[in-house]
Amino acid sequence: MIEARQLTKTFRDKKRGEIIAAEDISFRVSPGQIYGLLGANGAGKTTTLRMLATLLQPTRGGATVAGFDVVRDAAKVRANVGFLAASTALYGRLTAREMIAYFGRLNGLTGAKIKERTQQLAADLEMDDFLDRRCDKFSTGMKQKTSIARTLIHDPAVMIFDEPTLGLDVMAARTIVRFVRDCRNRGKTVIYSTHVMSEVEKLCDVVGIIHGGKLLAEGTLPELRARTGETDVEEIFVKTVGGDQP
Amino acid sequence: MNWPNIATIYTKELRDMLRDRRTLLSMIIIPTLVMPAIMALIGFISFKIVREARATAPTVMLIGGDDSPAVRAALAANDKVKIVPAAADWKQRISDKKVRAAVELPAGFDAALAQGASAAVKIYNYEGEMRSAFAVTELRRFFNDYRDKEIAGRLERRSLPAELVKPFELKTENVAPPEKVGGNVIGGLIPYLFILLAFTGAMYPAMDLTAGEKERGTMETILCSPVARIDLVLGKFLMVLTASLSTVLFSLLSMSLTFLVGGSLFAKFGAGAAAGAAKTAAAAGPALPSLDPLGMLAVLGMVIPVAVLFSAALLAISLFAKSFKEAQSYVSPLIIVIILPAVVGMLPGVELNAKLALVPILNVSLVSKELVSGVWQWPYLALIFGSTCVYAAAALGLAVKMFQREDVIFRS
Ligand SMILES: Nc1ncnc2c1ncn2[C@@H]1O[C@H](COP(=O)(O)OP(=O)(O)OP(=O)(O)O)[C@@H](O)[C@H]1O
Ligand SMILES: [Mg+2]
Repeated sequence: MIEARQLTKTFRDKKRGEIIAAEDISFRVSPGQIYGLLGANGAGKTTTLRMLATLLQPTRGGATVAGFDVVRDAAKVRANVGFLAASTALYGRLTAREMIAYFGRLNGLTGAKIKERTQQLAADLEMDDFLDRRCDKFSTGMKQKTSIARTLIHDPAVMIFDEPTLGLDVMAARTIVRFVRDCRNRGKTVIYSTHVMSEVEKLCDVVGIIHGGKLLAEGTLPELRARTGETDVEEIFVKTVGGDQP
Repeated sequence: MNWPNIATIYTKELRDMLRDRRTLLSMIIIPTLVMPAIMALIGFISFKIVREARATAPTVMLIGGDDSPAVRAALAANDKVKIVPAAADWKQRISDKKVRAAVELPAGFDAALAQGASAAVKIYNYEGEMRSAFAVTELRRFFNDYRDKEIAGRLERRSLPAELVKPFELKTENVAPPEKVGGNVIGGLIPYLFILLAFTGAMYPAMDLTAGEKERGTMETILCSPVARIDLVLGKFLMVLTASLSTVLFSLLSMSLTFLVGGSLFAKFGAGAAAGAAKTAAAAGPALPSLDPLGMLAVLGMVIPVAVLFSAALLAISLFAKSFKEAQSYVSPLIIVIILPAVVGMLPGVELNAKLALVPILNVSLVSKELVSGVWQWPYLALIFGSTCVYAAAALGLAVKMFQREDVIFRS
């Protein structure tokens, strides 16, 4: 379960002064649910998700993730979260197997357990061909699969995805989408940020539209359609954030 | 602190770094090659200096003295001047600077001395010319000595005490142990090289494990694992320290080998290059400094906290950078900071005192000079080791702090 309560984050930047990257963001995500965080560049998606993953400390407000407080029990939160972002890369000089095992060990798994989980994940993700090759020689798709295996090694209850399809081709993106759905079907709590409208339609049970650091609207797609009187997700988005920018 | 996690991180970083050719280069190959190279350089330079000095000993023409073989032989044995046989146009030759000075012995010089008579020796020079002045100084010294010996002989033959012409005696004596003489010349250089290598050995991994990881995007990956940041820093720190110390160790090993094998090789090299000048080879031989092995071990012990200081400081500084390039631009100027105290330490007359013992790096450089020459100043050793440990701990604390600052980790 994820519960965000008035999450707020301000950055101090030399040139731009004080930036409110996220302001009073509150929402809930239940197990077996995919929450889509839809927003344009600089909307505050990454900042919000990093606070949930305890990489950043909220300036104000708080959140409970998998039953633990993100500020007081940060390590326990991380132990129950799988975080996958376009910006989380692999160690190029390790093999896929070593990469997965490394994260298994840091999550406190035993050698036997790691072996078993790796075997299972490699079969699920069809990774057997490249499991013992070094990550720096991988294609983007292979890297993506290895990253997924890395986030899943400790079988976390909560999955956080930050634009995971960024820069992927159609086939690789479809693998990710299928995998995210899989997570939901296994009862995991999933939060998924994107600026791709079609992914929202395909995946998300609940959508939150974030803009300028604020959560402007939230609901299931039918709810949002009814509220805005638009059917197309793009139109819903544009209407919510206040029309086309001049 | 969670030691199993620190160990996991350390082993992963070690494996990662050992697969990187650049680390191997900076950790093993360069330190192994650099020491023999420096030894060879020192040997070569001192060999050249000796040869140069020999080649440039001022030429002095000997006029007369055909009937005085004793003084001629003594003059020829003096290698500070080069005696050439007489020629008729000697004055012209001095003016042309082909000969720097001439010395004229009167006929029957040896015989006159034997009879207890007095004889006049004349030196011709070219006033105002430097090498001519060298020649004159040297000739004066030689003849003064020669005269003193003659006086001593005459007094003895008449059973008179030597004190008759020598109411008092003036002496200077070297009290430095022989190791110390060698130690001061090159002894300052070798421990200093260890300090430099401890720095260069830590440099590349420190940048790679921080700024490099940020640039490649693996920093965020590792931060979202449950491992505590302090464990992460300590694991990385231990890896950088390993690289730093093994750089020093490899250089020490290769230096010891150079000493063992190199000594004989140098002699051969010297002899070959001098084309038969056996004396030159002998002169190049002692250029290999004789260092106290126990002192060298102590230097190594002193270098450990310095390596800790370097590793932690380099981690903290390069973590601040966003990319490897940026980290390099912060770290490269630091080499000057490392070189400066060492250069000061090698300046003649800079001696250890309580204040200098607190200056990081310089203090180790100074005390190491003493250690390799077999001098153990325990209070200073304790003070320097202690203060370096304090600096090292502070640097490590700073590195931990830096890893906990999100504006540093996620600097954009
Ligand atoms: N470490 C930081 N220091 C200063 N400002 C930051 C920092 N991180 C993010 N910001 C600013 O906060 C705002 C929100 O950024 P954020 O990365 O959360 O947006 P995003 O929705 O993820 O955008 P994108 O689609 O580009 O990934 C932006 O204006 C960004 O410039
Ligand atoms: Mg983002």
